[in-house]
Amino acid sequence: MSTYQELFLKKRRRYRHFILFFQFFLLVFFILLWEIAARHGWINDFIFSSPERMFSAFIKMARTGEIFRHTLITLLETFVSFLFVIGCGLITAILMWSFKSLSDILEPYIVTLNSLPKSALAPVLIVWLGTGYKTIIVTAVSVSVFGTILSLYTSFAETSPEKIKLITTLGGSRKDILTKLILPGSIPVIISCMKVNIGLCLVGVIIAEFLVANAGLGYVIIYNSQIFKMDLVLLSICLLCIMAALLYKLINMIEKKLS
Amino acid sequence: MEPILELKKLCYSYHTPEGEVKALNDISFRLMPGEFISIVGPSGCGKSTLLSLITGLLTPESGTLSVKTNAAMGYMLQRDNLFEWRTVYSNILLGLEIQKKLTKDYIQPVDKMIEDYGLSQFKSSRPSQLSGGMRQRAALIRTLALKPDILLLDEPFSALDYQTRLEVSDDIGKIIKSEGKTAILVTHDISEAISMGDRVIILSRRPGTIKKIIPVQVSIDDRTPFSTRFTPEFKDIFNEVWKELN
Repeated sequence: MSTYQELFLKKRRRYRHFILFFQFFLLVFFILLWEIAARHGWINDFIFSSPERMFSAFIKMARTGEIFRHTLITLLETFVSFLFVIGCGLITAILMWSFKSLSDILEPYIVTLNSLPKSALAPVLIVWLGTGYKTIIVTAVSVSVFGTILSLYTSFAETSPEKIKLITTLGGSRKDILTKLILPGSIPVIISCMKVNIGLCLVGVIIAEFLVANAGLGYVIIYNSQIFKMDLVLLSICLLCIMAALLYKLINMIEKKLS
Repeated sequence: MEPILELKKLCYSYHTPEGEVKALNDISFRLMPGEFISIVGPSGCGKSTLLSLITGLLTPESGTLSVKTNAAMGYMLQRDNLFEWRTVYSNILLGLEIQKKLTKDYIQPVDKMIEDYGLSQFKSSRPSQLSGGMRQRAALIRTLALKPDILLLDEPFSALDYQTRLEVSDDIGKIIKSEGKTAILVTHDISEAISMGDRVIILSRRPGTIKKIIPVQVSIDDRTPFSTRFTPEFKDIFNEVWKELN
């Protein structure tokens, strides 16, 4: 290795350390500031809570295992709705691509449903499906499935006509165009849909838990905010932050695997 | 000898809600086995339409098109269209994969072509790591892998820079001759048409009709696309084609 290459690598490493340090610093600074502000009475820790109070609340709930149960339920609901969104989105987009008339017929409906505020659907779903996990999952799916269908279908439809012609001149059928060109060519779009959807599913699950659930982090937040147990509310929000970050990491790992 | 391809009074129009556009009118010519025909014409004169008709991607509105029985067609497009998510080798095998012909009979000649045309060390590379000329050669092998009898070349060099273009057209001309293929080249580059073709068909502005067919006869043996450019006849043929086009 030449000295210049070494220098370059060193510089790169130093930059990465610099970024990591300040990312970490920002977090610690924020937590410390919060704690100090609470202890000195700059903020009312009954309303704003404090890292220390949240931590002891966490320990208390961890002893009974309650907090893990709520987290796990929210996580599971998010995963199930995510799988449904990706599955239904892919299948519908493939069908719409396969039958042009179907996509022409469905398009105005999907566009309308996509712009409809999905929280408006939740009360209806409660009446129809009850207050169980079914309602939560359907609400979460409805938040993102229409957008997913639209973006996947657009990507399918925008595949270069020359590439389609290539498959045709090599003797391929519609099925070959789909499996050899459209699907592998759309993997970047599918991944970016997954990145958006894992977040949206979490949003949908929390909204639905606010309205119907008797378990899950959304339920913990709404229930405890009504009885002013802000420690638990903010603790749940922190756990949601961690969950969102981990889910995003997971999709990143899938992306690395696929490409 | 029986022609491998014969077109008689072929016509074709495109239909849009705004109206009808006549693309080709009364096209007739024959192609003999082993022959290389170039088709030139102003842009939008229906050259690519003609190739699509010959491959059967489009059906003629009137006229007849007869292909010798069992003659397979190979199509080479304007761009190489190599898929970035596949390696160079699996790109080359795409046609065989689609037609479920991944057998020794087909793969062996492919491996030999890859060796002969200098791509063996790039077999497992991604298309983006190849130069324009190498990509075009990979695309040609992908077409030749299916052992076509007639090769249709739709401005296959238009995306290349001038120097690569000269090299690649010389390469590909030699490859086609040495494999003994019949070929139709569509281009708007007059010198390319003359240097590669045995005959040059000149199409008129839309609707495309055949203005003239000019045979390319040069006074050297073993002509290659490159050496043809330096023959004394080349300039005269060029002028003749130029005059017909304008």
